[in-house]
Amino acid sequence: MHRVEQPVPPVEVRSLTKTYGEVAAVCGISFKLEPGSVTALLGGNGAGKTTTIAMLMGLVIPTSGLALVFGADMARERHKVLHRMNFESPYVDIPMRLTVRQNLEIFGRLYGVRDLKERIEAMAKELRIAELLDRRYGKLSAGQKTRVSLAKALLNEPEVLLLDEPTASLDPDTADWVRGRLERFRDRSRATIVLASHNMAEVERLASRVIMLERGRILADETPAGLIRRYGRETLEEVFLDIARRGPETLAPREAAQ
Amino acid sequence: MTGEQQPRALLYGQAGLWASLRRIGALVRRHWYVTLASGPRVAELIFWPLVSMLMWGFLQTYLAKTTSFAAHAAGLFVGGILLWDILVRSQLGFAVAFLEEIWSRNLGHLMMSPLRPLELVAALVSVSLLKLTVAMVPVAALAYLFFGFNLLSLGLAFAAFFANLVFFSWALGLISTGAVLRWGMGAESVAWLIVFLLLPLSCVFYPVATLPGWLQPVALALPSTHVFEGLRALVMTQSFHSDDMLRAFMLNALYTCVAYVLFRHLLDSARRNGTLVQIGE
Repeated sequence: MHRVEQPVPPVEVRSLTKTYGEVAAVCGISFKLEPGSVTALLGGNGAGKTTTIAMLMGLVIPTSGLALVFGADMARERHKVLHRMNFESPYVDIPMRLTVRQNLEIFGRLYGVRDLKERIEAMAKELRIAELLDRRYGKLSAGQKTRVSLAKALLNEPEVLLLDEPTASLDPDTADWVRGRLERFRDRSRATIVLASHNMAEVERLASRVIMLERGRILADETPAGLIRRYGRETLEEVFLDIARRGPETLAPREAAQ
Repeated sequence: MTGEQQPRALLYGQAGLWASLRRIGALVRRHWYVTLASGPRVAELIFWPLVSMLMWGFLQTYLAKTTSFAAHAAGLFVGGILLWDILVRSQLGFAVAFLEEIWSRNLGHLMMSPLRPLELVAALVSVSLLKLTVAMVPVAALAYLFFGFNLLSLGLAFAAFFANLVFFSWALGLISTGAVLRWGMGAESVAWLIVFLLLPLSCVFYPVATLPGWLQPVALALPSTHVFEGLRALVMTQSFHSDDMLRAFMLNALYTCVAYVLFRHLLDSARRNGTLVQIGE
């Protein structure tokens, strides 16, 4: 009898823990993401979102547990899969003195993108940065920088895309445009997207699953609609505020009532 | 199965020498764009080696007129300062190329890219060599023009001096960048000062015998000391001490290996302590 091989999930986290001295940033969390899914990591400041993403990138080594991407342990063998990933964060810049084209060219070479010139032109057209290509990145507005960072993040057509507050500090119009692009990328590429965000409208729009973190632990793990239902609220923002203001214990009575 | 084996039509293969060279080339190109294609930055590279070469050259000219020793040892000061600047510029070229990534808050992108740690080091080495060439070729030419000192007239000895100094500078660069990775920008001064800490011990302008007896073994444990002793022997007695150079090469091989192991250890330590994602803050 042939053994049926289970497909390797694009992202899997097993009993992941990170402590810094006495402080526990992430406490034994586990989850598995489906290919083509968009999962939001929600939680207040210090909930463990960024640490979890950093461990998924292999930039932080877990104290215990595993962060796996396409089955590769990101603490030890991340270079096997880094070319299949990318990330975007307004808190990590790309070189300011280089032009947009030079930046995309360098990252394209780092990732080994074929037909790089054509790829840059295509990305520039898609993300409306064609007129910015020969301008210095440091001279761009916040909205323009976000579009360029997005081009960098999508340049290698990642199968796993990590986004850390991708629309932070953007005006509503630009933020909406970015979300639209991410939706298009999600629908076209079937990439697995992990999104850390404080913008609940963004999460409701983009994510099919929400993992809510509180002090490094998973408080809830379900669809945005399911989470809203469970808390008996109208929006995800109200759920978030409930937890932030009244604590995670707000979850238990409502669950019990159901 | 991990994802490495999956074909990605959009991307070239990620394993092998060519893939490594492509990634190293990408990072070198980034520094070429930032530094070497900028007039003011190139001028900045040349400025300090030129100033110190002129200062020591004129001092040597003055001393040559007043003391018989200096007249006999023409080229000692200019040669010494040119070789010292090779060490300094090469180490700073390496360290500053790395610091540029932190100043531009780009380190996260690099560390998240397929660039391997050894490729990062290879790129920093290449950038330091490029910067060194840009800085020192015009300065060495001006040394010949002003003071009649031709660095290339040292022949094969110059090649040995040069190789030893740049190898040593890379070992120092690895230690200083490792310190910044682990302890963040609080350790930035290590990158700037580490080489100057070795200036008195490297015996650039005086023989190692000048140092107190207890300090001489420390000085002789530095490859740079052997280079400057070698330069003095060549200028004063026209003899090339190959055993000295061999000792310097062996020390360099040891220090470069130790420095790379230390760099990897500090990088892993930065990943364990979470400082890698906080650098620059």
